[in-house]
Amino acid sequence: MGVQYETVIGLEVHAELKTNTKIFCSCPTEFGGEANTHVCPVCLGLPGVLPVLNKRVLEFAVRAGLALNCEIASFSKFDRKNYFYPDLPKAYQISQYDLPICKKGYLDIMVDGTSKTIGVTRVHMEEDAGKLLHGGSTITASHYSLVDYNRTGVPLIEIVSEPDMRSADEARAYMEKLKAILEYIDVSDVKMEQGSLRCDANISLRPAGSEKLGTKTEIKNMNSFRSLQRAIEYEVKRQKEILEEGGTIIQETRSWDEEKGITVSMRSKEEAHDYRYFPDPDLVPVIIDPQWVSEIRDSLPELPDARRERLVNEMGLSGYDAGIITGSRALADYFDQVAAQYNEPKTVANWLMGEFLRLLNAGSMEIKDSKIAPANFAALLKLQADGTISGKMAKAVFEEMFETGKDPEAIVREKGMVQISDEDSLAFIIEKVIASNQGSVQDYRAGKEKAIGFLVGQVMKETKGQANPGVVNKLLKQKLDT
Amino acid sequence: MHERREGEINLSLTGLTAHELCELLRNREISSVELTRAHLERINTLEDKIRAFVTVTADLALSQAKETDAKRLRGEELPPLAGIPVALKDNMCTKGIKTTCGSKILYNFIPPYDAAVAEKLNEAGAILVGKCNMDEYAMGSSTENSGFYPTRNPYDFNAVPGGSSGGSAAAVAAGESVIALGSDTGGSIRQPAAFCGVIGLKPTYGAVSRYGLVAYASSLDQIGPFSKDVTDCALALNVIAGHDPKDSTSAPVDVPDYTKFLVNDIKGMKIGMPREYTGQGIDPEVNVCLRQAAARLEELGAVCEEVSLPHTEYALPAYYIIAPAEASSNLARYDGVQYGLRVEGDDIISMYSKTRSQGFGEEVKRRIMLGTYALSSGYYDAYYLKALKVRTLVKQDFDKAFEKYDCLLTPTTPSVAFNFGDKINDPLAMYLSDVCTIPVNLAGIPAMSMPFGMVKGRPVGIQLIGRAFDEGTLLRVGYALEQNSDLTRPRPELKGVM
Amino acid sequence: MRITANDVEHVAKLSRLYLSEEEKENYTQTLNSILEYMEILNRVDTCEVEPTAHVLPLKNVFREDKLHKCLDRELALANAPEEEDGCFKVPRII
Repeated sequence: MGVQYETVIGLEVHAELKTNTKIFCSCPTEFGGEANTHVCPVCLGLPGVLPVLNKRVLEFAVRAGLALNCEIASFSKFDRKNYFYPDLPKAYQISQYDLPICKKGYLDIMVDGTSKTIGVTRVHMEEDAGKLLHGGSTITASHYSLVDYNRTGVPLIEIVSEPDMRSADEARAYMEKLKAILEYIDVSDVKMEQGSLRCDANISLRPAGSEKLGTKTEIKNMNSFRSLQRAIEYEVKRQKEILEEGGTIIQETRSWDEEKGITVSMRSKEEAHDYRYFPDPDLVPVIIDPQWVSEIRDSLPELPDARRERLVNEMGLSGYDAGIITGSRALADYFDQVAAQYNEPKTVANWLMGEFLRLLNAGSMEIKDSKIAPANFAALLKLQADGTISGKMAKAVFEEMFETGKDPEAIVREKGMVQISDEDSLAFIIEKVIASNQGSVQDYRAGKEKAIGFLVGQVMKETKGQANPGVVNKLLKQKLDT
Repeated sequence: MHERREGEINLSLTGLTAHELCELLRNREISSVELTRAHLERINTLEDKIRAFVTVTADLALSQAKETDAKRLRGEELPPLAGIPVALKDNMCTKGIKTTCGSKILYNFIPPYDAAVAEKLNEAGAILVGKCNMDEYAMGSSTENSGFYPTRNPYDFNAVPGGSSGGSAAAVAAGESVIALGSDTGGSIRQPAAFCGVIGLKPTYGAVSRYGLVAYASSLDQIGPFSKDVTDCALALNVIAGHDPKDSTSAPVDVPDYTKFLVNDIKGMKIGMPREYTGQGIDPEVNVCLRQAAARLEELGAVCEEVSLPHTEYALPAYYIIAPAEASSNLARYDGVQYGLRVEGDDIISMYSKTRSQGFGEEVKRRIMLGTYALSSGYYDAYYLKALKVRTLVKQDFDKAFEKYDCLLTPTTPSVAFNFGDKINDPLAMYLSDVCTIPVNLAGIPAMSMPFGMVKGRPVGIQLIGRAFDEGTLLRVGYALEQNSDLTRPRPELKGVM
Repeated sequence: MRITANDVEHVAKLSRLYLSEEEKENYTQTLNSILEYMEILNRVDTCEVEPTAHVLPLKNVFREDKLHKCLDRELALANAPEEEDGCFKVPRII
């Protein structure tokens, strides 16, 4: 008798644009910096100041819209969103209400091997607010707060999706794709940990097959892709329980509590916001020249999906692998650089997805911080391919390269790690191992193929891992099969 | 230099215009320090009664004057207003100098930057003598809404000087400053100019940078000069007009030399007189002065004809939706967080509410609430959007009239200055005193008030309205009238004070 | 349209203004008479009329993405009613 519920998810994403200066004044957008040192009368909202639009913000917003397959408005304007909060110096945010710069776009995601298109309702420009530091452990426990206005006026684009996602996995895939796209077109650093990529989720449930949308809740405060996934899964479960018991969902904003793993209502006694939007009289409208849009479109780099296609078609990677490699521009670029010097794309891909990402993640590092030059990476793979070192050795050399940035030849030399493939050199040890492991020898001769593995292992032990296992295997078989 | 007794120097120097004084300074007949001292002394004498200033910058003025004199002695080329005392309405930010907007909530605010016009006046060599009193946040028509004290009309101490730039108008009328700047959103330069018998010009919207002008209603506010005659008005406009990249609404047009329009010839010019500005509600004695002015203009060769601006009656209600709506948003930043008054509260909302309730006066609160209401959910279309549409109609009326006429002539105000207390308890009555000036702001076009006659000892002002960016025509017509009539340069008697 | 005392209370809240009961009554009265006067606007037909949000036909006013000197922190904080550690200090946010 259980009703099947369908999850409906829409995401509202904010990305900080990496222009040199803020959206309406010439202060730096640089992250960090001592409190209230990246400010001026304009972004402080002092009496009498006026905003002037940074042209590059418009350009970046159009870039983002084009990369998301949006229609670019020919006429756009700014509106004031009025509300009181100490991080908002003018007590209004300059944003866009009814005539956003971009709309009706989409992006494609891949979940469990299936492709799906998620609609992008709109992309608009707005200014960021300041930062609040609280005098206690949480905002409600503090007796006071401290305001830093460095971040006010940093340009943002807000990207609103259609409520097309049906699971936490899809939502996560959307975020990952969106992040990759914005990274590829170089408009934002898109780092969730630094706040240059932020996400709020709107979640509702409805009986499967129903067209009507259920009551939604808005979830805030998800600071990583993992949080996003967990939060959505929790909220869906929470709503499902309520509905199954015959209750109704209250439309409200809820905050994700990372520690407790739950969403908490942010309902206060305050009434719902009435933002009283009206066109900002201090800014004039923007008329977009289609020629300019064309130029921007032409200047866009190869986007993630196209790049993935190319890696599959031209380099023979699997769709899955190509997907991972093109998941971030840095990784895709790095892959290209290594593959250019060592033309075995599959091997390169495996190493990047395996060892390289492992070490980067362990050190919480980004590719640009890694010490391994693409040329050296390629050199290492060549050393393994031509048998100079074994696979196991290569891994060890790689770790050293990661640590020190030295080139592989130097490391191999220093550690005396050259692989022993010379049959004469190995013959003596093989004799010794055969002599000391008669049990295994007899097992092998009796038909246990696997026993040779043990013997190979023993030779490897004797040679401190430097013997070429392939050659050892061959020689052992020669000896034992006679 | 002649020997003159100090009292005489004061009286004669503070009665002269900027162009006359520039001549004297250039010829070294007087020094900047002398001139500045004369004005500071006059301020000292009169301020108890007039109270035109919130802040008098005596030390700064004298040091600027000394510097100017030194430069002149060295033979340096000096800018156009070098040595001329000027005053700024206290809603224009002056770096390092208290700027209050006539409000308790900014009682101690010291801006860390200069308004564009303050910078321009400084570059032009002007000497800043002080910041003038005003209706709080430029909301008012009498300066009775100042958070500190009212300013008195130099012609009659029982009368208001008008508002909201009452202090600036009174300062020029009383000879405390040669030129003063005010701001005009619904008539706040022109109406006090009329009440105080001086020239007051509101330029075309966008002609003068608003950067540093504390906003009341952003789509209507403009800065303009008060002066003793039309020539000074042109000189002031030369200095303050011009495109400013820091103001997105600043017009990218070339600034002419406005003094070129000061030709004593208006033959063949066509002047329209909108009938909607002379009917019921206008004091008959004011109408008499208007007709006298029209007659004089015709004698000088112009043609004055009646014209209709049919949507005039809708301008005032539209204004009193648009201006408060924008104001409600512009004034939201006064919350005690970064500057100004802060009244402690248990929590931030309590602090906001207490600060704003205690810091703002009644009229400001009234307009904030009116504006918030007009923008609030469910009312936006009926009020704000409707008002913006009516604005289009008002503008179209003017556009149509200017197809036929070079400029328009109307009274500036329905009556001469009223007494203190007459309208302060009736907000609507106060609003209605702006009926002749408001339509001009909605259309964004320039207008100038100049004195023409007196009624019961109080000056009458007539208004010339022009096409966008055609301040030249207003100066030309105004100059011709001024040069050919005695009624255009009144002087207050200042009984009992001087 | 008439504005009630409740409307006034709501609007005061939105504007962060405290009103005493007496003030609420007074403002309700004056706001009502002002709004009644506004009814005049209903007499004019604006169906086919475009709204004028900006009197000047200006479009596309921009600035270049170039850094300029910031305000010294000292000056930024000079008017602060309360400050701590280079930040503006405000009472608790509930």
